[in-house]
Order: sequence, then structure tokens, then C-alpha cells
Amino acid sequence: MLIKRSEELKSSEITPEHFYYNRREFIAAAAAAGIGFAASAVPSSLNAQDRWPKGKKGPYDTDEEPNSYKDITTYNNYYEFGTDKSDPAENAGGLRTKPWTVKVEGECKKPASYHLEDLIKPYKMEDRIYRHRCVEGWSMVMPWRGFAMAELIKKLEPTSKAKYVEFSTLNDPSQMPGVKRPYLNWPYREGLRMDEAMNPLAFLATGLYGKDLPNQNGAPLRSVIPWKYGFKCCKAIVRIRFSESQPSTSWSEAAPDEYGFYSNVNPDVDHPRWSQGSERRIGEFRKRKTLMFNGYGDQVASMYSGMDLKKYF
Amino acid sequence: MDQTKKQFDWVRRILKPLVFVAALVPIGLLAYRFLNDQLSANPLDDITDETGTWTIRFIVATLAVTPLKRLTNWSRLSTFRRMLGNFAFFYGSLHFFTYLYFDKFFEWPEILADIPKRRFILVGFSTWLSMLPLALTSTNRITKWMGGKRWKRLHRLMYVVGVFAVVHYMWLVKSDITRPSIYGAIVAFTFGVRIFYWVKPKLVAKRASVSNSSSGATVTK
Repeated sequence: MLIKRSEELKSSEITPEHFYYNRREFIAAAAAAGIGFAASAVPSSLNAQDRWPKGKKGPYDTDEEPNSYKDITTYNNYYEFGTDKSDPAENAGGLRTKPWTVKVEGECKKPASYHLEDLIKPYKMEDRIYRHRCVEGWSMVMPWRGFAMAELIKKLEPTSKAKYVEFSTLNDPSQMPGVKRPYLNWPYREGLRMDEAMNPLAFLATGLYGKDLPNQNGAPLRSVIPWKYGFKCCKAIVRIRFSESQPSTSWSEAAPDEYGFYSNVNPDVDHPRWSQGSERRIGEFRKRKTLMFNGYGDQVASMYSGMDLKKYF
Repeated sequence: MDQTKKQFDWVRRILKPLVFVAALVPIGLLAYRFLNDQLSANPLDDITDETGTWTIRFIVATLAVTPLKRLTNWSRLSTFRRMLGNFAFFYGSLHFFTYLYFDKFFEWPEILADIPKRRFILVGFSTWLSMLPLALTSTNRITKWMGGKRWKRLHRLMYVVGVFAVVHYMWLVKSDITRPSIYGAIVAFTFGVRIFYWVKPKLVAKRASVSNSSSGATVTK
């Protein structure tokens, strides 16, 4: 019922100018409010050397300014390396990403164990600047490098029985301290309906800011599904499985009433414990209104027409 | 009593001011890290988390004073109880303020709708609200005016504060309940010690009365 809403994506319209503060102004605002922090030289959220060198805006790019490389690589949810946001950057450094094997199985004509290089070799890498909305209520803008998920899926030739695709993250206690703890049912598993996986926005990333993907961001291969909450992305992918029935996912096993299979960004369906109506863009003080499908409604809303998105959250 | 008065009261004159300054270190450090960009990419959430963490730590510390006094027989521990409780309220008020400002921007209609809707917010707010009368009645003059008995009865609210704080933490984490469980275990332990020292004299008295009477009572064995 709400999926047909068309969204304006210009950041100037999302955040009225007088609501927009950068960190420096935030300090002034905080001081004015009586917190008592003096204004000081806090670096802006984007360092000059991180400024995205990309010249031309691609069809799927947002024109919002990407968050800094530092912000994107030090503020991560990646429970395999610990539950604090700073844990992945501290603990993921030792992960061996070469050689890397991805096992493809289930309802497809090319099931096999693939060397990652063989799996991604034919694709020309492209850069895409996507919004990223975490289910916890914060968001970033991230410049990914990778290729369309549909390209890979076509190559693996799913059969007519393949209705879903499941991704699994590496589950190696010797390299990932977090999987020794029962935070979630390991390995981390996520899934998509086949039409979602074939949507041109669904992306597989091997890089960030034009460089190799840092381990804490999901190296060497991760999925990026920009219209869904961030946890729907699967990092350090070691397994791709095509199936006829809907796969079970780690987060919906942990809390079925809080994390549904679809988990599309939806400001009208609150998390049972907090509102999803607004979000804090990392680097900003004021909150922004969260957009239906994270602002990607034009590209993805038709996949869900007729579905009750309150039921299929 | 007169003899102790003449002695230098190092607990009150040295240790207490030291604990006071130590209790201000977390907020000082937080301000320092904020101003030097040493917090994460989401500093507002860090401030909320840190002030919340220190609130529950001071609540737990306050609740631990009396049991520790019992276990160690060091009666001077009581000197710190009120101060620790007031620091719990101080950090709790900062924590509440971060919610009102950084999360809700003082949009009161939204806040009033949010508090009853989100159970962890409701319990968190109840924690702060339960500490409020305790902080307000913490001066010597008010304690005297209330009378020891009434003051004591009111300040039993602190037990409720301890339970609320743990429940608030438990309900807000996403999947890993290790940390709230640790605080829950400490709070439960302080309750256990209290109950033990409350029940023990009664049992002793009962046992004494049973052994004194000639009728074969079977209440205690």
C-alpha cells in the first residue's frame, strides 16, 4: 500500500539547509545548548585525499557526498570480529583473503568450487555510490567497486526451480574471534528472492573507494543490497546456494519478530523496539527522514506490488 | 565518639574527595575524546552509550556499598553511598539528555509518544524517574526533616532502580546479552547478600526459641 510512493533523492530536499549541521557546527550547537564543549578543530567528515575521484555520475549513483574512508572502515557491524563497531577494524586485519574459494551449489547448472579470481574475472569492475541504511538507525554513503550480482547469477545458470539464492559468510574460529561466541547462528547466512538478486541494483563488491575492499568491510567479496537494511548484505562470501524454498537467515533465527526475510528499508514499519522513521547520516547532527526502500523505490518497488509489507517486513 | 573526632578522618577528608574526582573522570575523558575526534564515526551514539554505561556502573556501585560493608565489616564504606548514588543520577541525567536532544531534538509530542511505545525507553525513563526523588532528598537537611525511618523507606526505591537499569540494558541490546547479564548478576548478588543478612537473625532467633521450648516443633531441623 505504501510501496508506490515516488521519492525525491536530492539531498537538499531530504535535509532542509537549516537542519543540516556538519560536525563542527554540531559542536557549536552542543555548546550553545549548554553541554559546554568548546568549539575546536575537528576534521570534517571527508578528508581531501578520500574525495571520490569518479568523474561521471552513473545511472545508479546517488549524488550525495560519500562518507570518509575512515568512517566507512572504522564503524562496522561484523559480529564475526566482535560486536562493538570498532572491533572489525581492530580484529579483521589477519583474515587471509587469498586464496579464496566460493562454493556454488543447489539449483543451478554450474555447481562447483570456484577460485574467486575465476568467478569475477570476466566482469569489468564498476564503481557505484550507494546509500547504506543500517537497521540500527544510522546511514552512510559508500562508493563501492564491483559488479552486478545478476551478471554472476546468469553465469551460474540457475534452474527453473531456483526461487531463492542464499549467501554464507566464512565461519572460521581461527581467524574470526566472534564466531567462537554464540552471538548468532554461524555461519552468517543471508538470502534474496531470485528477482531481488537479479535486480540491477543488487551488487557484489570487491572494492571500496577504488581500492581493494578492506577486511572489515567484507573482503574479498560481499553483497550490497542498497534498498534493504545493511544486515541483508553478506560479507566474506564463501558459499552461494540456489534453492526452491526460502532460506533461513541468521538474524531472523536470532529474533524472528525483529528481522524478517525481506527487511526492506521502510519508515512505516518500525523495528519492534525502535522507530525506523528517521536515521542519522554519519557525520550529521540532525536526523533525516528515512526514505521508502532507502530512496530506491523507482527501481525496486514493483517487485513488491500487492505484498503487505507490514506482514512481509 | 569523642576520641574518633579528634583523629584525622582520612576517609572523609582524603578518600572521599579522591573518589569524587575519580567519578568525574569518565565524563572528562568522554569530553576530551569528543573534542579530539577520538570517538567513532557516530560520536552522538558513543556519548549515549558511555553515559548509559556509567549510569549503570554507579547504580551497581551504590547498591554494592551496604553488602560490601557487611562482608568486609568496614563500616566507613557508608561514607560513599550517597555520593555514588548522586553520581548515578548525574550520569543518568546526562544519558536521558542525550536521548531527549540527540535522538529526539526536544520534540515533546514525539517523545511523549515514544516513551510508552518502546519498552526499553519506558523502563529507562522509569529508572531515571525513580532516581529523581532519591537525588532530591539526598541533602542532610532534607534527611533530617524526613526522619530516618521515612527516608530509609523511600530510598529502598534504589532496589527498583537496580532492576530497571538491568532490564533497560537487556532490552536494548541486539543479540549479545553478556554485558547486561554481568550487571544483572552483580545486582542479584547484592540482593542475595541483603536477604541473607535480613533472614539470618530471624532464623537464629527462631532456632533459639525452638530449642528452648519443650514441644517438638518441626519448623526448623
